[in-house]
Amino acid sequence: MTRGRAALAWVGLALALAVPLVVAARSPLLAWREPIYIAAGMAGVVGLGLLLVQPLLAGGHLPGLRLMASRRLHAWVGAGLVLAVVLHVAGLWLTSPPDVVDALLFRSPTPFSAWGVVAMWAVFGAALLALLRRRLRPLLWRLCHVTLAAIIVLGTVVHAWLVDGTMGTLSKAMLCLLVLAAAARAVHEARLPAALRRLGRRGG
Amino acid sequence: MTPPLRRTLLIAGGAALAAPALARPALAQGLAPTPTMRGSANNYRPGAAIVPRIGQGGFWLTGTVRRAGDGAPIPRARIQIWAHTTEGHERDPHSHGATLTDAEGVFRMEMPQIVPAFGQAHGHLAYDAAHDENGYETVFLRPLLRSARDTSLTAHFVLRRA
Repeated sequence: MTRGRAALAWVGLALALAVPLVVAARSPLLAWREPIYIAAGMAGVVGLGLLLVQPLLAGGHLPGLRLMASRRLHAWVGAGLVLAVVLHVAGLWLTSPPDVVDALLFRSPTPFSAWGVVAMWAVFGAALLALLRRRLRPLLWRLCHVTLAAIIVLGTVVHAWLVDGTMGTLSKAMLCLLVLAAAARAVHEARLPAALRRLGRRGG
Repeated sequence: MTPPLRRTLLIAGGAALAAPALARPALAQGLAPTPTMRGSANNYRPGAAIVPRIGQGGFWLTGTVRRAGDGAPIPRARIQIWAHTTEGHERDPHSHGATLTDAEGVFRMEMPQIVPAFGQAHGHLAYDAAHDENGYETVFLRPLLRSARDTSLTAHFVLRRA
């Protein structure tokens, strides 16, 4: 990749992350929200943005980063994602406890809540799995981690799309499509069918 | 104040509801009670004062309260209303207020503009047996605005005798 194209890729990524944040930060809804509620919403937008970075890092697709450095960064961004999810849920809990309890117990009237809660548990599962990486067979580990990542992306995108919140419709749609595309590429590159076949052969 | 058109519609709507009850009493006997909606009692603060309007107003929450079975209007039924609005969160005491239905079982509450919160623009309404002497079972509602730009919302109660 030429230096010009590399710079373009980084600028493109920075814009894809920054524009939805700026649009959300200028939402008229913020005028009628307490700071904790605003921070909780922003943590959600940040979390969605990190989901664009994660598959790119996992596949080593960001120019100028070697695969090892890219994977190490993937782990750190993963920790950041866990923090974003915790801040999102905790901030919403402080703002309106019964609504968050309903969501966590899957009895919320809002259709997007269940998608978000499933994605939250998948984030915690993927992070836990990352900590246990050395104890698992690499093929099995990859299969589980990528499956959880796919659940995280699908659950988060549906959750974010259905929420009538501070994100702008256009910038939210763009970010969601980019997240889906990056995740689809990463899942494809993980070659799960081949991993499954090899695992099956070893097991049988 | 409400535009006259809306009041006319409300009265016309009430008449339309009442007409079949007079014409076909057998069918009206089956008027089912309204079930409490999911999440509708969240952030409820029981016993809010009866007020002419909540805050500065500008948004209208209207509806009817009727009896299950024959659909007869219930006058002087106490309906409590709360929402996330331009003037406060659902939990804030000043976001809550109550009103009484008129002789036709109609209630109309002026309140601040409802804005989207927790992902949906929605209101909360309660008929709470503990704060009303008409003797019906408690029902909570959580209607959604069709659009966050709507300046009114309608919700109807059909109550069962306690």
